[in-house]
Amino acid sequence: MEFLVASAIGVMTAGGLYMVMRLRTFPVILGVSLLTYAVNVFLFASGRLTTAAPPILSDATVYTDPLPQALVLTAIVISFGMTAVVVMIALGAFLGTDDDHIDDEHAEKAQAERGEDAT
Amino acid sequence: MSLLLIVALPFLGALLPGLMNQAGRAACAGVTFTVTLLAFIGLLTNLPAVIAGELVTFRVDWIPSLGINFTLMLDALGFFFALLILGIGMLIIAYARHYLAREDNMGEFFTYLLLFQGAMVGIVMSDNILLLLVFWELTSLSSFLLIGYWKHLPEGRQGARMALTVTGMGGLAMIGGMMILGQIAGSYDLSVILQNRELIQESPLYLPALILILLGCFTKSAQFPFHFWLPHAMAAPTPVSAYLHSATMVKAGIFLMARMWPVLAGTPEWFYIVTTAGLITMVLGASIAFFKHDLKALLAFSTVSHLGLITMLLGTGTAFGAFVAVFHILNHATFKAALFMSAGIVDHETKTRDIRILGGLRHLMPITFVIATLGALSMAGIPLLNGFLSKEMMLKEMEKTYLFGPEWLVPVLVTFGSLMSAAYCFRLIGHTFLGPKRDAASYPAKPHDPGPGLWLPPAILVTLVVGIGVAPFLVQPFVELVTASLLGTAGQVPDYKIAIWHGVNVPLIMSIIAVGGGLIVLALFNPLLRAWNATPRPEAKVIFEGLIEAIVRLAKALTLPLHNGAFSRYGAVMAVTVIVAGYYAWISGTVGAQTRELQPAGMIEVAGWIMLVAATLGMVFLHRNRLLSLVLIGIVGLMVSVGFVFFSAPDLAMTQITVEVVTIILLLLALNFLPNETPVESTVLRRVRDVTIAVAGGLATMAMSYHYMLREAVVSPISEFHLANSYKGGGGTNVVNVILVDFRAFDTYGEIIVLGIAAVLIYALTETLLGGPVRARLLNRTPDKPLAGDMHPTMMVVLTRVLMPVVMVVGFYIFLRGHNEPGGGFIAGLIVSIGLVMQYMASGYSWATARQRYPHHGVIGAGVLIAGLTGIGSWFVGKPFLTTDFTYVRIPPFEKFELATAALFDLGVFLAVVGAVMLSLDGFSRLARRAHIKDSDYAMDINPARSENEALKGGGA
Repeated sequence: MEFLVASAIGVMTAGGLYMVMRLRTFPVILGVSLLTYAVNVFLFASGRLTTAAPPILSDATVYTDPLPQALVLTAIVISFGMTAVVVMIALGAFLGTDDDHIDDEHAEKAQAERGEDAT
Repeated sequence: MSLLLIVALPFLGALLPGLMNQAGRAACAGVTFTVTLLAFIGLLTNLPAVIAGELVTFRVDWIPSLGINFTLMLDALGFFFALLILGIGMLIIAYARHYLAREDNMGEFFTYLLLFQGAMVGIVMSDNILLLLVFWELTSLSSFLLIGYWKHLPEGRQGARMALTVTGMGGLAMIGGMMILGQIAGSYDLSVILQNRELIQESPLYLPALILILLGCFTKSAQFPFHFWLPHAMAAPTPVSAYLHSATMVKAGIFLMARMWPVLAGTPEWFYIVTTAGLITMVLGASIAFFKHDLKALLAFSTVSHLGLITMLLGTGTAFGAFVAVFHILNHATFKAALFMSAGIVDHETKTRDIRILGGLRHLMPITFVIATLGALSMAGIPLLNGFLSKEMMLKEMEKTYLFGPEWLVPVLVTFGSLMSAAYCFRLIGHTFLGPKRDAASYPAKPHDPGPGLWLPPAILVTLVVGIGVAPFLVQPFVELVTASLLGTAGQVPDYKIAIWHGVNVPLIMSIIAVGGGLIVLALFNPLLRAWNATPRPEAKVIFEGLIEAIVRLAKALTLPLHNGAFSRYGAVMAVTVIVAGYYAWISGTVGAQTRELQPAGMIEVAGWIMLVAATLGMVFLHRNRLLSLVLIGIVGLMVSVGFVFFSAPDLAMTQITVEVVTIILLLLALNFLPNETPVESTVLRRVRDVTIAVAGGLATMAMSYHYMLREAVVSPISEFHLANSYKGGGGTNVVNVILVDFRAFDTYGEIIVLGIAAVLIYALTETLLGGPVRARLLNRTPDKPLAGDMHPTMMVVLTRVLMPVVMVVGFYIFLRGHNEPGGGFIAGLIVSIGLVMQYMASGYSWATARQRYPHHGVIGAGVLIAGLTGIGSWFVGKPFLTTDFTYVRIPPFEKFELATAALFDLGVFLAVVGAVMLSLDGFSRLARRAHIKDSDYAMDINPARSENEALKGGGA
């Protein structure tokens, strides 16, 4: 099971990294989201994997580690806020320039192709 | 008056001039003067204690664990400097009020001046050396603002930058020196450091500390080879030059050398470094000053020369040297400030400071002539003026000082320095005021004496010059008092009577040579100037600018290839760096033995894994279709939440799935405006590169997580504490929730604030977009896909409205049970937000907004406020911030239930989350709204009760 979780983290990281290196804003945002999943799951897994032992106090003797869960919980909520900000910035940039390139050089090239002044 | 108040007054007062700017120049200057006067009076109330030899102190613990405390002290040395700073400060303020032109922003000027004044007073009264450093840097900053006050002048800006660079670098060095000193002495309090002379001087770190501290002092006090910034700082308005660059700020370095004298002085290292630097500065400054044509440049180099003289005296390490230094600081401050102000008057009235154009001004400006002449003669060392006394004493001290080379070297050099000093003083008088009488029209402006506002301040100083010069016994006790405090336990105040006549001795002969030689040199001015101009000299400004440019080029060469505006490249560089660093750590370290058993995986787990991996890979391969990739990332999120449930994290699963919903809605809203497809742009080679990096990164994280999960990182994780105390101390059985609202509530508090800020940021960005040219484009855009015919489908409208109360009850339930069962403020907030968002989606923005009772900002604010107030509440029972309490209540016939303050905190979290999510989505929706298309007025678009016509009219679209 550890192998499944580890490989899932690996796949999500690889996918996230590839998407982050794309040239347009939307795939990059999705890539960052994917990386967020990977990081959250990794943080969560740092509490080690335990099944059927939620950290709700009862008569049980074994509980999973609650601290990584608390940390990841807030991380999930914060990542929503950050995604929203980044999306809004991307949207503003696109609406302002009619171009959703993420690199300066590509944006300038695209602008030149449209016959606009690069400055 | 309390020392804190004396230091704080200028800082508090700095707010006033800006506010009084509208009330007129007199009010603006008046309030500044009053603030300084109050601080001055406050200082004087401490005089009896200082005379009695007591140490006045003020102490507030700041960060006691690091030895940083807000401690102030006042002894005679600090009192002396504070007296100069505040006393001359008042004269400067009065002078500046008349000096500044009508178009200058006086409020700004006086604000900077008061900031500077406060920082200066702070330096001389600090007991803690780290506090001293803070004030030290503040003087650099405020002096930067003052030098560059005339922002339209390039010289002002360049001079300000140069001064800040040089003194800032010195300050940086000094921080290092002070840290070392504090480490040696074991305390950052001056009162402790000053008691540890032997300990510090015997330490192997003494020399590095000394050099670093002296770098700070030398840069600040313009000692060779850092003297070059001071003349360029003369681009400042004259009141600034008179105040900062003659009387006070440049004396900060001197002050610190004097302050540290008991522990640092007396060693050969101190003697050679300080005396040599001082001697070179004195001779060099005096020689350059003689050939300067700009009145202020001449005075600037003369200041450099005199600062060198004082430094040299402190460097000798003898008690008499320190005694003379103190006396000369006093004398120099009086005559040099007066001279600067006179130069300012000449500039103000004739519109030029070029000595070559001036001459013969004594007939046109008699008052200024008298003031400037007395000041200059004092500086030249003419009897009956105070400069003579301290110069005689200086010569007496240096006459028996041996540095390098032959025994006569130092006395000869010092005499030569005095000679040049006398020469430039005579030139100042001779070439500006004496000479043939000229017509007033031959100057750039018609010169005449200014009003008393300008000449009274320097006149007061010149009165002191003459007063001390004629009756030195009046200041003798004061100078002795200050010297005693400077020397501390390291020396005895010398038994020396300051007097005009000590009989014919070596210093007198040296003095006569200097004055006579000075006259001869002035007579030979023209041939000497030709020789001077023919000699090649290094130009400090060119060297400095070249150096700065070279550094900038180097920085650019390093930065630009890495930082070229290509985000994808940063991503690649970052990923490769992390992978390489991780790999290095992996091969260079050792991996502990596996301590945990691999758990077996069943078919269901494998099925979940396959779905997650398939969705991720599918998303990557199909990412050019943006809508499809959004659907696929939704599946990934779903599988992650399922995984959380499986691995005993119900809270996480609930959070993840609700966040997933709002994120997808948000991205859908954004996709509404963005292109639907991502075109193929990158080359095959580039994609191969990216895939390689991505796969390497994936494998690396996989290997790391796999190894990590099979080993215990620590013997006993801190979670054991949380598990043990959750119910006992926090009153809740859901440990995750108790951690969030109790154990680590401060973290959570910070996080809801961050969330709120993010939402407000989105709101601000929306406002900016809608207020700019983007708005027209948004209004005129044509949808790229056919719109649905029915904007508000009846089924959805009915369903969401029926669901709304249910969602609210579920949210309420989840919130209440959060402390003991999975749930809590975060999750409840997300659930309620989704319920609200559904209304917006189904019934339209206008309909929903019209029914919204509280603005989203207000909800965020209320949430943060409630959480904060809950935390503050614990202060009233004498507990630290965010301490929680709980109790169990039983109201018959209900079951026993718990009341916890943590629930109130959780309510704050709940509100902040609802507000933040709603405000974020609200921003995106508002972009999509088109004002001319009205949403329905009715609750539902299609209503059998209305005729079809009405429905169509109301339905719009």
